[in-house]
Amino acid sequence: MIDAEALIAELPRLRRYGRALLGDVARADDLVQDTIERALRKAAHWQGGNLRAWLLTLMHNVFVNQVRRNDALRGASEADAVELAMRDASSDGLGLRDLDRAMQALSADHREILLLVGLENLRYEEIAGVLDVPIGTVMSRLSRARTQLKAQLEGSPARPALTRVK
Amino acid sequence: MTMKQPDNTLLHAFADGQLDATEHAEMAQWLATHPEAAAQVAEWQSQSAAMHAAYDPVLDEPVPAHLLATARSGATGSRWGMAAAIGWLAIGLFGGFIAGRNTDTASMTMAQLPLARQAAIAHAVYAPEVRHPVEVGADQRDHLLGWLSKRLGHPIVAPALEPLGYQLVGGRLLSGESGPGALLMYEDGSGERLTLFVSADTDENATAFRFAEHDKVNVFYWVDAGYGYALSGTLPRERLLTVATSVYRALNP
Repeated sequence: MIDAEALIAELPRLRRYGRALLGDVARADDLVQDTIERALRKAAHWQGGNLRAWLLTLMHNVFVNQVRRNDALRGASEADAVELAMRDASSDGLGLRDLDRAMQALSADHREILLLVGLENLRYEEIAGVLDVPIGTVMSRLSRARTQLKAQLEGSPARPALTRVK
Repeated sequence: MTMKQPDNTLLHAFADGQLDATEHAEMAQWLATHPEAAAQVAEWQSQSAAMHAAYDPVLDEPVPAHLLATARSGATGSRWGMAAAIGWLAIGLFGGFIAGRNTDTASMTMAQLPLARQAAIAHAVYAPEVRHPVEVGADQRDHLLGWLSKRLGHPIVAPALEPLGYQLVGGRLLSGESGPGALLMYEDGSGERLTLFVSADTDENATAFRFAEHDKVNVFYWVDAGYGYALSGTLPRERLLTVATSVYRALNP
């Protein structure tokens, strides 16, 4: 069984990861909800070890399934574009969104690798396990993702960073 | 020094702190004489730092009850201890007025001053202070926040600015004419200090970010739910804005 306190202690990090992955609070919490439900169903299979990496593995799998399902239902890219535009319009005017916008403009693969390395600080070998890919793929994907993020950050128009009021 | 051009994988591993101590030291030495590669590494690290700045505020948000309930439903162990802890993390932010007590010239006139000037003056008065920059230090963080919360009549949390390199030094109570206000001080590794000033702002309910400069102190300030917040420092405006946005996000999850 999984210890409730250990699981609950991971929730803030799972929410952070979900938010960064999806760029949206409600969808991120849905993803976390699905992830912990799956974790509880599969608790008997958990061998112990790194709970965080295991939860991130489950989250990745839930996410991938959702992406596939969404892609089947509708053109995911158009839907995402609409949502991004709406979020931007309703932004708080604080210029907080530049990094987030750049991240959301990346492919999901690139976003995931950047978050697992830069935010979750998992070791490359652990990431290979989470994503179920060879370590060589982890490294090449990381390299490409960092190049893409740089391009997005530089390519995004330099918006005024804040609303100034006299 | 004798190291040859490392492959890209090693550079990434260095940037991400995934080399062992010996490899790390060798690479650091090599990078010292290869500025282009060093700049590349620095950029990757800044990407990761930016992710922390953008997303770490989520860590301080209250976890929705339905997620806690699900996590408890099938798991074992103590159910309430951690929930209570998370509840504490969830408490919101401060309020208060500038109080009518005595003390120094800076706070004597604060109630009559606009938010940004009050904040800049408080910063100018207390930030250079070597021996007594704060009344209660961060080593007594719980006591500090509990005390200010009590005096302001609102729960107070100190935004976590560690991802940006700033540690909480501590805080102090400020006084003015109509009630207490709070000043939290942060410091980075080089001793650069920032202060976050909080007071009631009864004139406005909410505003966008504003910028002001007062005697070389830069200030970003805003009003939210009737309380004024002002982040002050002498660092460049762009860098101050980065911190201010993190503070704002921490206070408005």
